[in-house]
Amino acid sequence: MAEPLAFWPLLVVLGGAAVTYAWRALGVLLSDRIEAESAVFEWVACVAYALLAGLIARMIVLPLGPLAETALSHRVAAAVISLAIFFLTRHNLLLGIGAGVGALTLLTLGWG
Amino acid sequence: MPAIVLGASFLGFGALVREAGLSPWHGLLSTALGWALPGQVAMVELYAAGASLVAILAAVALTNARLLPMTVSLMPLLRAPGFGRAAYYLAAHFVAVTGWAAAMRQAPLLPAPARLPYFLGFVLVIWASSLAATAGGYYLAGAVPAEVTLGLVFLNPIYFMLVFAADARRRARLLALVLGALAGPLLYLVATDWSLLLTGLLAGSLAFFGDRWWRRRRAGPEAPEGGCRG
Repeated sequence: MAEPLAFWPLLVVLGGAAVTYAWRALGVLLSDRIEAESAVFEWVACVAYALLAGLIARMIVLPLGPLAETALSHRVAAAVISLAIFFLTRHNLLLGIGAGVGALTLLTLGWG
Repeated sequence: MPAIVLGASFLGFGALVREAGLSPWHGLLSTALGWALPGQVAMVELYAAGASLVAILAAVALTNARLLPMTVSLMPLLRAPGFGRAAYYLAAHFVAVTGWAAAMRQAPLLPAPARLPYFLGFVLVIWASSLAATAGGYYLAGAVPAEVTLGLVFLNPIYFMLVFAADARRRARLLALVLGALAGPLLYLVATDWSLLLTGLLAGSLAFFGDRWWRRRRAGPEAPEGGCRG
């Protein structure tokens, strides 16, 4: 086990937190300068949703870390199953997530 | 509900922290101060792979660029007289997928002075449970089979995906989500580093202007302005 709060990883963690908060602070600063009812906010919200969807799709299709060792077809199939169960059960989050995670686990165990 | 599901996602993060050879305190600090799971995951993965500090911070910054448009679009909804500027800079720290999606949905239904307290109350609960889950995942990782850890790591993108699948009721938002999901991985293959920013700008603008064009064509120039909020 690593020693508690070794300097180098601590720097990584604090640096990561700083660059993350910078986006949020900049967001407050910018939002102060835009008229509340302006269409710019609607556009910015669209950009936010598109960015989020892009990031989530990338986490499923092109993941880093341990997920990268699972098959792309298994991950996509699990995501599709999860969406199908979610809509079939009228937006039941637990069942949708359980189906997706369960499907990937079974697919990886069965055909890994 | 969100506290449970997000908590389970942070169990996965805690497990990653252990696999990367970090101490549980690094994981807790990252959850407390970073509070944006995809960026935290990228940071731990790159740290484990031995990347340089500059490379790690650049990747975290690019992964978390979504927080800028998320904060910009949420803040006007939370504004009310009586709250100082510091309150908004504090609230901004807690802008992340779960709390943001809930506030974008609920805040317009609340009276203006109740919105900021609602958001802070909501996020403090999920923030605290995520901290507990980060520590829990760390100690769980040594005790459960690798498949369980894998499932916990997969839980996060699946959870985020369903949060937005449920949110895709307005046409502009649905367009932004579908176009973003298609563009994200495709652009990553073309322009790795800048792909998320490009995805947001291209897919978001296309959704925004496509929706406006659609409204005008159907209802003439007096059509109500569409968009992705509310």
